[in-house]
Amino acid sequence: MPEGMPETATAAVKIEKIAVNIGVNGKPYARQVEPRMLLVEFLREACDLTGTHVGCDTTYCGACTVLMNGLAVKSCTMFAVQADGSEITTVEGLEKDGKLHPIQQAFGDSHGLQCGYCTPGLMLSAHQLLSENPEPSEEEIRKAIAGNTCRCTGYMNIFKAIELAGRNMKGA
Amino acid sequence: MYPRSFHYHRAGSLKEAVSMLGQLGDGGKFLAGGQSLIPLLKLRFANPEHLVDLNFIPSTSFIKEESGALRFGAMTRHAEIEHSALARKIPVLHDCAAGIADVQVRNRGTIGGSLAEADPSGDWANALITLESTVHCLGSDGPRTIPLRDFITDAYTTVLAPNELVTEIEVKIPPGGSGGAYLAFKRSAPVYPSASAAVQLTMAGDACQDAAIALGCVGLTAIRATEAETALRGKSLDDKTIATAAEAARAAADPQPDMRGSADYKRQLVVALVKRAIQIAARRARGEQVEGTHLYA
Repeated sequence: MPEGMPETATAAVKIEKIAVNIGVNGKPYARQVEPRMLLVEFLREACDLTGTHVGCDTTYCGACTVLMNGLAVKSCTMFAVQADGSEITTVEGLEKDGKLHPIQQAFGDSHGLQCGYCTPGLMLSAHQLLSENPEPSEEEIRKAIAGNTCRCTGYMNIFKAIELAGRNMKGA
Repeated sequence: MYPRSFHYHRAGSLKEAVSMLGQLGDGGKFLAGGQSLIPLLKLRFANPEHLVDLNFIPSTSFIKEESGALRFGAMTRHAEIEHSALARKIPVLHDCAAGIADVQVRNRGTIGGSLAEADPSGDWANALITLESTVHCLGSDGPRTIPLRDFITDAYTTVLAPNELVTEIEVKIPPGGSGGAYLAFKRSAPVYPSASAAVQLTMAGDACQDAAIALGCVGLTAIRATEAETALRGKSLDDKTIATAAEAARAAADPQPDMRGSADYKRQLVVALVKRAIQIAARRARGEQVEGTHLYA
């Protein structure tokens, strides 16, 4: 034990790593992880996919939102071992063949972001909404993104972006 | 933020989960939806040595109707209940499910986990206590059923043994002429409510035959406002009767001041929520469709 280190720093029990196989954006990622590794850390550090952000890290802000088997989840509030065998979609998985996803395009076209920190999470919450309901009312959009906090925009352009994305996806 | 290190065990069946945790001793915990437990682990308020994950156990997530009751598997996610046509048969349950936190939390959090955690600000206990609800459990001594009113004994405290878990929640479908509503007031979607009210009425024409009123977030457990219920029974639900019941509910509330508001503010919320929930419940008892769910500040 290095001198001066508090005893608690070395008191942790030796924990065996666990093999997981998680599909991320259609690609399998087989890794050995500590049980306490959060899904968001797995994505950012074990898969090098840093598009998923850590905001509050307390299950509030939704910046870490990803899709697990099509459903929006807060990846800071799940362990990577729990996603074993699942298919995860992150913001990096939205673009196809160099072409932006209609949701990404609409966030740009409608100025649905400023600093962009909350944007990946918002786009994935919008993704679940629009897969279930391509023509949401403003009320339905508000409810669908109630778990995503944006500190820049005031949300109006985000509502417009999601509405526009829904229209464009329907036309596509 | 990383929790303290722990050993991870994946149970293949409920029975295996119970025996696993029994063998691991006091240092273990069950992991259900994790939407309360994982934040607690990250803050290191809880530091279990072992977690037994219930999420990979098949057939623990279901909603069934059987002999006059709805049965919910303990691992049924809030979102599954929100979108279930069967759960809409008891509107107070649909209201509750549809308003818990936000979409992401509802996709993960479970009804069984919420009851077993017994957070005084949790939504499920308050909604379910207005109905004939029974908690099915499994422990080392086998299964047992416990009426919900005897299940939660104090804040964060249930009658569950350390390695006993909830397997199912059974809710009797109320008789014809019944209607209910669950309303919670939240400062924003992801947070716990500042106060909540659940109302379940059975009407005979204009008169209220039976009433159950419960208050959440304003005591150590959900509180049945029995004097408010008495104020409604046998009466037609005019504004004066509803106001009398709401005042009785204010008296039954026992809130603590905290960052969500002062005790007086929460009592005032209780009055407003109970009034509105009675009105919605009465309209639903008459067969009207009313969309009512959590209110945001």
